[in-house]
Amino acid sequence: MASLLLTQRKKKGVREKQPIAYLFVFPYLLMFAIFIVIPVFAAIFLSFTYFDTVRAPSLVGFSNYITILTNDDIFMQYVIPNTLKYALIVGPGGYILSFLLAWMLAQLPHKLRTVLALIIYSPSLTAGITMSVLWKVIFAGDNSGYLNSVLLNLGLIVEPIIWLQSKEFLLTIMIVVTLWSSMGVGFLAMLAGILNVNQDMYEAGYIDGIRNKFQEMIYITIPSIKPQMLFGAVMAIVGTFSASGIGVALSGSNPTPQYAGQLIVNHIEYYGFFKYEMGYAAALSVILLLIVYAFSRFAFRLFGSKNE
Amino acid sequence: MKKQKFQATKINPKRFHPSQIRYLILIFPVALFMLLPLLYIFNHAFKPLEELFYYPPRFLVEQPTFANFTRLFKVTGTSGIPMSRYLFNSIIVTVLILIASVIISTMAGYALSKLNFKFKKVINEINTIALMFVGIAVVIPRYLIVEKLGLIDNFFVHVLPYLAVPVGLFLVKQFIDQIPNELIDACRVDGANDWQIYTKIILPLIKPAIATIVILSFQSVWNSADTSTTYINDDSLKTFAFYMNTLTTGATGVAGQGMAAAASLIMFLPNLIIFIVMQSKVMDTMAHSGIK
Repeated sequence: MASLLLTQRKKKGVREKQPIAYLFVFPYLLMFAIFIVIPVFAAIFLSFTYFDTVRAPSLVGFSNYITILTNDDIFMQYVIPNTLKYALIVGPGGYILSFLLAWMLAQLPHKLRTVLALIIYSPSLTAGITMSVLWKVIFAGDNSGYLNSVLLNLGLIVEPIIWLQSKEFLLTIMIVVTLWSSMGVGFLAMLAGILNVNQDMYEAGYIDGIRNKFQEMIYITIPSIKPQMLFGAVMAIVGTFSASGIGVALSGSNPTPQYAGQLIVNHIEYYGFFKYEMGYAAALSVILLLIVYAFSRFAFRLFGSKNE
Repeated sequence: MKKQKFQATKINPKRFHPSQIRYLILIFPVALFMLLPLLYIFNHAFKPLEELFYYPPRFLVEQPTFANFTRLFKVTGTSGIPMSRYLFNSIIVTVLILIASVIISTMAGYALSKLNFKFKKVINEINTIALMFVGIAVVIPRYLIVEKLGLIDNFFVHVLPYLAVPVGLFLVKQFIDQIPNELIDACRVDGANDWQIYTKIILPLIKPAIATIVILSFQSVWNSADTSTTYINDDSLKTFAFYMNTLTTGATGVAGQGMAAAASLIMFLPNLIIFIVMQSKVMDTMAHSGIK
């Protein structure tokens, strides 16, 4: 009888409310509110203030934003170009690379695939910054550094290059290091997605005139795994910006030498923790969040199923 | 003929076929690029002092020794705190976070997937937006909040900020969505309450998703020195990842490099082992990771 009632209710779509649900979500929501929602709103509020952590914040309207856009030479000359270059190569570049790798791995038998996938995934376990020791030795500036020693031996350079302090190379090194460790959760999601595409789809596709692997990828694989593609894209965007403090970790100073590897994240920390201009730093944070959001919206536009 | 060609190049093949060689040729250089730095760390960590001094430097270790590890364990920082203390802190923090975050996100995941309440849709949507959240962007307001809560130099500041992980909840919720509602309705008919359904039905069925949160949380916590640098001034409360960072910035010089490599290996290996043990479960969860 009871089960009959339940199915009836379900058919009508009027299942009763279950207030006990609030108990289940409460611990998560509490932590979510304290450490994610409130900080975001606090950043938005502080971005309209002048706040030096000693006196209470005083409202200053849009002046922080105006200063950032019109008066912050370092931001306009170095931070924005660096951030864009870094984000465009590591974000979409790393994303396309991880999709192609996942796709190629899916064409291999299970054991071989598992080993290769593990190798490609494992650098992401190192989470960039803690492993900067490794890169510091490889790129060490004297002739004991690995790269210098190899290049000296090959006769490609005559003098050791101080890689991590150099204006020309720091940003490139940051991009290489981040790409190295960027085949993470998104890569695994896309790999799992590709492996789970219904095999009949391919068979049907070949009957319908698909002729090669490339067409197969474009017309069958990608449309079938759109949700995983979107998840992977969001993870790539977030990962790119989360790892972007790496310039300071590699060069050992904030600001980075001649601002060569200065990204928004470093600019925020510099103003917040070195100059104690919290309002200004908060305005920079808001801009960063907006950039991330804009990138993600673009990903949703490409792969999302909902119309917005 | 056409049919045969399709068979040869299909996705997820059962065995090796020559047509796969072209993919191997492309994947191999990438895999090598990914692997070399890790091999390097591994070799460097086991090099005796004289091999660390070799010029030109050699990639492979010739006479492996644990000397770097023993020196690492003996050395104490400027504050006189032994390394074992940092390691102990890290282990406690990591264990606490893993247990708490699994409980918190599976409970929330159950409610957001299977229970019916007013704000369910809104919360799910907000959580999907929060997937895009970049924690590093709000270091400053977070610091101010932690300060207001009186958590500076409190051990729990290591734990609390890591408990709400939108990606973790998202994956768990997607995984619970796969469990048929009929199963839960049937349990209700048999008189089970929500707590019983959660502990007896849901938790055993979502082990792969739990394994995935464990791995994600472990990675972010074990590797992170941020909490120690930002919120903790008391050296005895800092973690191993922080200690590692001081080693790499402070102890330059060749002997320091050997120790730093040994320390990196200690950081990296637990991650790798846990992932290898749980990788099939993670792949299982990832199959349901799509954002629809």
